[in-house]
Amino acid sequence: MNAVSSKYSHKDAGWRLFLKTIIARAYPRLIGQQREVSWMVFDVVMPMLAVIAYVFVYRALKAPEEYIGFVVMGGAMTAFWMNILWSMSSQLYWEKEQGNLALYIMAPNSMMAVLLGMALGGMLATALRAIAVTVLGSFMFGVKYEVTSYIQLFSVFMLAMAALYGMGMIMASAFLLFGREAWHMANLAQEPIFLASGFYFPIKSLPFWVAAGASIIPLTLGMDAMRQLIFPSGFQFGFMTVRLEILILAVMSVLFVVTAKMLLAYVEKIAVREGRITESRR
Amino acid sequence: MQTSTSWRSFRMAAWLGWLIESNWTDPFLFTVYSIVKPLSGAAILVIMYGIITQGNFDSPLFPYIYLGNAFYIYVGAVMTGVSWAVVDDREHYKTLKYMYIAPIYIPIYLLGRGVARFITGSIAVFITIAAGVLFLKVPLHFTEIDWLLFIVTLILGVIMLALLGLLLAGVTLTVARHEGFIGEATAGALYIFSGAVFPLDILPEWIRPVGYFMPTTYWLELLRRSLVGNVAQAFPTLANFSNMEILGILLALSIFFGVISIWVFRVCDRIARERGLIDHTTNY
Repeated sequence: MNAVSSKYSHKDAGWRLFLKTIIARAYPRLIGQQREVSWMVFDVVMPMLAVIAYVFVYRALKAPEEYIGFVVMGGAMTAFWMNILWSMSSQLYWEKEQGNLALYIMAPNSMMAVLLGMALGGMLATALRAIAVTVLGSFMFGVKYEVTSYIQLFSVFMLAMAALYGMGMIMASAFLLFGREAWHMANLAQEPIFLASGFYFPIKSLPFWVAAGASIIPLTLGMDAMRQLIFPSGFQFGFMTVRLEILILAVMSVLFVVTAKMLLAYVEKIAVREGRITESRR
Repeated sequence: MQTSTSWRSFRMAAWLGWLIESNWTDPFLFTVYSIVKPLSGAAILVIMYGIITQGNFDSPLFPYIYLGNAFYIYVGAVMTGVSWAVVDDREHYKTLKYMYIAPIYIPIYLLGRGVARFITGSIAVFITIAAGVLFLKVPLHFTEIDWLLFIVTLILGVIMLALLGLLLAGVTLTVARHEGFIGEATAGALYIFSGAVFPLDILPEWIRPVGYFMPTTYWLELLRRSLVGNVAQAFPTLANFSNMEILGILLALSIFFGVISIWVFRVCDRIARERGLIDHTTNY
C-alpha cells in the first residue's frame, strides 16, 4: 500500500508535466497505431490508388519521367495532409463526441502539450506511411532521385512539418468551434487542397497569385522545394528559390504555433466561461 | 391506396438520407460543398493534361479523360451512398437496430439511403460536364448526342452501382473496423481498372483482364460514346465492339454482379444477425 501511495504521491509540474504530457499524447499515435497493422495497410493503400491512377494518366499523356516522380512524392505527402485533417484538425471534435474533451480540459496539464503530443506522434507515425508510399511507388514505377543538398532537404522537410502541424493545431481548435460541420470541413479540404497545393503537378503551373495564395499551406512550398532538391531537373519546375522557401517556412512555423496557442487559450476560455464547448450535439 | 412496404421503405429512406446529407449546414455552404470537391478533382486532371499537352484540348484523349472522370463521380456517390448508411446508422446515430425491427425491407431501405448522394452526385456530374463544355472545349453537341443510348446506359449503370453498394453494405455489416474505408477503397480500385481516366491499354497487360471484367468499364465507354460518338470510339480498348455489343456486355455483367450482390448481402445480413453485429458499435 505504501509503495503504491508513494509512487503516485509525487506530482510533476511545470515543464516536466508539459514534457510528460507531450510524450503521453504522442504514445498512442506512435506506438498504438503501429499495433493496428490493418490501419497501416489502409493508410498506404489509399494514397497508392491515387498515385497509380495519376501515374497512368501521365503515362497515357506520354509525360516526361520527372512527373511520375512528382506524383509519387505528392502521393506520399498526402499522408501528412490526411493526418492533419483527420487526426489533428478533427481530433478535439472526436474527443468531444466521445466525452474525453472535458477530461482533457479539467486535467492539470497544458492543452498545448496535448496538441504538441498529438502533432509529434502523428508526424512520426505518418512519416512511416509516407516512406512506405514512396518506396512502393518508386519501386513500382522506377522513379530515380538525385539529391542536390541533403542539408537543405532536411531543413525543408522539418520546417514544412513544423509549420504544417502548427497549422493542424490551429485547425484543431477551429474545427472544435465549427461543431458538427467539422467532419464535412475535413472532407471538403481534400481535393481542393490537392489541387491548390500541387500534390500531383508543379505548383509553378498555376497562375502566380493562385500559387502564392496556396503557399499558406506549408506543404505547397515544402513540396516545391523538395521537388527542386531531389529530382535532377526539378529546379526547372520551382515556384521560388529553395532558400526563399526555407525562409518562408521558418516564419510560418513560428507564426502558426503561436497562433495555435492563442486560439487554444480562447477555446479553453469559452469552455470554462460558457460550459458548452464540451457539449456533444449530434 | 395502400402503399407497398418496399416503396414506403425506399421513399422514407431517401427522404431521411437527404435530410442527413443536407441539414448539417445552410444551403449555400451545402451547394459549395457538393460542387467544389468534384470540380477540384476534375481540375487536377485538367491541369495535368494542360501541362503535358501545352493546352491542346482538341485531342480525343481530353474528352475521354474528362467525361470518364465526370461520370465516375457516380461510382463513389452511389456505391458509398448505399454502404455508408450502415456506418452512419450503426456507429453514428445508433439507430440501425431500430431499423431492423421496423416494418421495412432493409435492403430497400439501404438502397433508398443512397438516393441523396445520387442527387448530389448528379448535380456534381452536371456542373463538371457543363464547365468542360463551356470552358474547356469538350466536344459535346446536344443535337449529336445519342439520347436513348445515354439514358438507358445511365439508368442501367446507376442500378448496377446501387447493387454493388448493397454488396459493400453487406460486407460493412460484418466488419467492425475500417468499414468507412471499404467503399472508398473499392471506388479507388475501380477508378484504375475501369479505364475512367486513361485507356485500359496503358495498364500492364497481365492486369488488364480485371478491367475487362468490371461493368464500370463498359458503362463509362457507352456514356462517352453516347455523348461524343466517334471521339470515344477512337481508342483501341473496345474499338472492335459496337454500341449494342457493349450494351449487351454491360447488361450481362450488371445482372451477374447484381445477383452476386444480393446473395452476398443476404449471407452477410444473416451472419450479422447471428453474431449480434446489428447494434455493434465500436467507436473505431
